Amino acid sequence: MPHPMRGATAITGLGITPMGRVFGKSATEFAADAVRAAIKDAGLAKTEIDGLLTNAGVTGALGHGIGLFLQDYLGLADLRLLNHMNAAGSTAAQMVQYASMAIANGMANHVVCVFADAPLTEGKTSAQAYGGAARVLGRPRGMAGLYPASGFFGANTGYALAARRHMAMYGTTQDQFGAVAVAQRQWATMSPLAQMREPITLEDYHASRWIVEPLHLLDCCLVSNGAVAVIVSSAERARSMPQPPVYVLGMGQGHPGDTRHAGSEAETETGAKIAAKTVYSMAGVGPEDVDVCELYDCYTYTVLVTLEDYGFCKKGEGGPFVEDGKLGPGGALPTNTGGGELSGYYMWGMTPLSEAVIQTRGQGGARQVPKHDVVLCTGNGGVLSYHGALILSPHAR
Amino acid sequence: MAENQVLKPIPEADEASQPFFDGAMQGRLMLMRCTECGRVRLPSRMHCDDCLSEAVEWFQASGRGTVRTFAVMHQRYHPGFFDELPYNIAIVELAEGPRMASNLVGVANADIRVDMPVMVDWERHSDVAIPKFRPI
Repeated sequence: MPHPMRGATAITGLGITPMGRVFGKSATEFAADAVRAAIKDAGLAKTEIDGLLTNAGVTGALGHGIGLFLQDYLGLADLRLLNHMNAAGSTAAQMVQYASMAIANGMANHVVCVFADAPLTEGKTSAQAYGGAARVLGRPRGMAGLYPASGFFGANTGYALAARRHMAMYGTTQDQFGAVAVAQRQWATMSPLAQMREPITLEDYHASRWIVEPLHLLDCCLVSNGAVAVIVSSAERARSMPQPPVYVLGMGQGHPGDTRHAGSEAETETGAKIAAKTVYSMAGVGPEDVDVCELYDCYTYTVLVTLEDYGFCKKGEGGPFVEDGKLGPGGALPTNTGGGELSGYYMWGMTPLSEAVIQTRGQGGARQVPKHDVVLCTGNGGVLSYHGALILSPHAR
Repeated sequence: MAENQVLKPIPEADEASQPFFDGAMQGRLMLMRCTECGRVRLPSRMHCDDCLSEAVEWFQASGRGTVRTFAVMHQRYHPGFFDELPYNIAIVELAEGPRMASNLVGVANADIRVDMPVMVDWERHSDVAIPKFRPI
């Protein structure tokens, strides 16, 4: 018997603001723009929205991110579902999951899920925007102080350490990381939404400056101002709404934890491994059925290790798997078809989710993948710590 | 030294880590061991992260470990480190189990290898010593 949640809900609205070095608006104003666009896209009246889930990006940590106050800012009355969520980069997928569970159980009809971020300010670099590390100016107290004392700053360091471990264990190479960057840039050249649309070569990849070895600049995601909102509705309502329904066939999460102790393989085995079982089983599909991947790609390495943990290849074989260009346009496994976070825009888990909605609807224009019956969309946060997954389809099953 | 010069962040003990930093000043790497399940942990968590017991003893660890993984920082993040770029960051897995963020000394960045054996090597400041590691 199929899982009762398989195809029970659908994504019915999508709103995307201008992305990147876009100035003059707060995260809250970006969020309002995205929500307004999503409601219009879904053909709804504002009064039909009865649920709101919010997620702030780095602006949240800086003290001026979106939150529950967005309800009143948007004048949303009589909500039946409201929460501010944070499971880092896995939040977007999770918002769709909690919205779906609420809708399937009669707690809401149309739930808006919104992410907004505005860390960039004019005249400052992305590194300055994200460089919270430089705030450690006094004497850190206790054992936690050993991290800043060793110069361990930011996600770049955490992912560099994880990528290095994979390279040492499995012989993964910089050329293989570069293949991910090149393939995603090829997709980005075809996306009007992407921030980076100039093609790159493997030579460009190698020539890009080191951030934290083994990560080059072109291994790392962008930093963007902007917002994305999606609306989740019941599958039944979705059928009479204007956009092609994007059915939610499967949902899963995985949070392995890291004991920071002998025995943990946290650098190379991620929450995707746990989430894969749940999401495949709910959707009734396996990796061989997936037509399009929209995978969280804070770094090239994240894509490679996520593909392994979803069973597209064996553990340790992610490098050779991606090296032949199969992730790019015309490849066997179209992946991050809007350029992803590396070349498209960085909206945490809303980057893969927004592109997954576009591809599942068949609205990808020049970059549309012809066969898009089963779309895997993932979110990842922390240092491979938190993972959320959706399997989306134009067919309700 | 210019008054506005930013220094590297040098940790200081808090109550929970006091025995660790006391030991460090004497060149002894002090860890906590759960007396119920035997799991060894870095200080400052008052319960065992394996069995949740609060029964604990301090002991002097061997100081030996291996490089679990490492990275080389090129980005200008913290002004206190600008002079040292590019510098290495290593996760050392201690022989007793816990993993620790540190730096490797006495080795060129290009010669660092995953799984190479290392020994603690104390970086001494006036009122605190910080564990670094040297290949052996």
